[in-house]
Amino acid sequence: MPLISTKNLVKSYGQGELEVRALDGVSLDIEAGDFVAIIGASGSGKSTFMNMIGCLDQPTSGDYELAGQAVSQLSVDELADVRNQRIGFVFQQFNLLARTSAVENVAMPLLYARSGPLVALTKKEQLDHAKLRLQQVGLGDRLHHTPSELSGGQQQRVAIARALVNDPALILADEPTGALDSKMTVEIMHLLRQLNHEGMTVVVVTHEPEVAAYANRVVTFKDGKIIEIQINEHPVGKFEVEQSL
Amino acid sequence: MKFASLMNLSIAMRALRVNKMRSILTMLGIVIGVAAVIAMIAIGGGAQQRLQEQIASLGSNLLIVVPGSIIQSGARLGAGNAQTLTEQDARAIVTEVQDVAFAAPLSRSTAQVVFGNTNWSTSIYGVYNDYFDVREWNLTEGRLFDQGEISRFGKVAIVGKTVSSQLFGEDNPVGQVVRIRGIPFEIIGILESKGQSSQGQDQDDVIFVPLTTGRNRLFGEPRGRIARVGTIMIKAVDGSDTQEVENRINDLLRQRHRIQPGNENDFQVRNLTEILKTQEAASKVMSMLLAAVASVSLLVGGIGIMNIMLVSVTERTREIGLRLAVGARARDIMMQFLVEAMTLATLGGAMGVLLGVFISWLVAYLANWNISLSLLSIIFAVGFSAAIGIFFGYYPAKKAAKMQPIVALRYE
Repeated sequence: MPLISTKNLVKSYGQGELEVRALDGVSLDIEAGDFVAIIGASGSGKSTFMNMIGCLDQPTSGDYELAGQAVSQLSVDELADVRNQRIGFVFQQFNLLARTSAVENVAMPLLYARSGPLVALTKKEQLDHAKLRLQQVGLGDRLHHTPSELSGGQQQRVAIARALVNDPALILADEPTGALDSKMTVEIMHLLRQLNHEGMTVVVVTHEPEVAAYANRVVTFKDGKIIEIQINEHPVGKFEVEQSL
Repeated sequence: MKFASLMNLSIAMRALRVNKMRSILTMLGIVIGVAAVIAMIAIGGGAQQRLQEQIASLGSNLLIVVPGSIIQSGARLGAGNAQTLTEQDARAIVTEVQDVAFAAPLSRSTAQVVFGNTNWSTSIYGVYNDYFDVREWNLTEGRLFDQGEISRFGKVAIVGKTVSSQLFGEDNPVGQVVRIRGIPFEIIGILESKGQSSQGQDQDDVIFVPLTTGRNRLFGEPRGRIARVGTIMIKAVDGSDTQEVENRINDLLRQRHRIQPGNENDFQVRNLTEILKTQEAASKVMSMLLAAVASVSLLVGGIGIMNIMLVSVTERTREIGLRLAVGARARDIMMQFLVEAMTLATLGGAMGVLLGVFISWLVAYLANWNISLSLLSIIFAVGFSAAIGIFFGYYPAKKAAKMQPIVALRYE
């Protein structure tokens, strides 16, 4: 059973003559453990698709199952819980809380845990758990630094640790390297590769072919439709990550 | 849930700390409002308390009859110039007027009182024992006048606290002899302290002698069949309509003094309790008015909180988007901002209480006014400020909670 399964997803804005379809019948399966890049020009529908699979938005029609759960009919609150438990978000602008230490930034999603093994942790347990995730992304020595004291790459690592803190089924990264220089881009993509190697499903939305080259599969969007699914026989970084571990 | 609200409190405290100056200025509105309300209630309450004490020290249901103006050879003399009242009037009032418990006649003079080598100028009142009933005034030591002393113009006196301490210091004056206008008087009793009157006079600076003694030995009045008195103090029965009693006394005295219809009274009946009660009501209205004005500043403070919360919500749109993305429900966001607004308001309220208490104390200390700080007004002020936090925080919090995660995340 695929981790993500969409069937004929449609998202449209406006009505009648003015109707614009941001997504026009997208069906895609992503297996657990896959590393998928979604690319396309701006306006191609890739961001809308990411919002759908990230449970940030509801489709106009079509079905979406996340880990076997039909989420297209869930209420707003239920969607929030799904996001909290199953999805870890990584954003282009990092979206870290200013003047807040790395470890507290990482622990933040735990505040909203309502079910699962991470519910009702004490403040200390939350911070301990967050510390573990920061160590996992190689920032064990930057626990109490605030975002302004960290480099862009380090900030994005904190954001990735935050995405991991709820033990999600899926990491959803929206242009994760968009605000980084090429050296940091390599660093972050290697980290994502490494997480994928450890079993995490990773979906990266990007418009840079160099970034997409790290993925096992590259899905190309155009005008709200998938026009191509390409399989990378030799994803960039896969070999290095496997060698280094 | 308890955990969740604690968490919101720590988020709120952090947010307020980050914008320290802004938070303090916003709180200032509430601080000033609460302080003003508390100080106004304390000062107004103090004024009322003082009036109530005066009513209590005066004795309840008290009416007083004083001579009015009279016309002599066509000239209208001012009130109090002639002694138009008599002991017989007093007796008639108590026997004939319904609902009158006591009618105590009294005459008053001033004299130097001498004890050993000290002396003191004070008021001398000639009264009967019923005067003490009217005033609800008890002895702390000694006894009242006995019948023999009254009928034989006994040279005995009852002293107020001030006179006692001026002449005898800490010593017990009962049994001591003082001289009033050269005549020796034995002190037979001391009265409990009454404090200041509504006019600010020391009510304890007084010596009482039997009215008969006063008239015959001290006041130098012509002896005659008619025993003139300066004032008649009347106590109406509890629960009676003092206004009605006042009217009846008026009618009786007009009849006794043979005043033709249309002519002016040669006496005045003053309803002291009523006057004080009217004053009390006026001061209550005044203090409520002051508190109402002070509440307006509290309201303005609340609007300030709303303003800042709206700014805060807009500034933190991306943070809201992030929190929603990682699983916060709309309710969580709502609570976060509501708690922040409430924290602002309640912290401001607490500081306002301190400031208000300080101002009240300062007024009491510097202006020597009575203040009455009530716990209730403090609880009310803090509760009200928290309510303001909820009320004015609701709209910004609702605005934050209604945000769509994808829109909020992309907000620049």
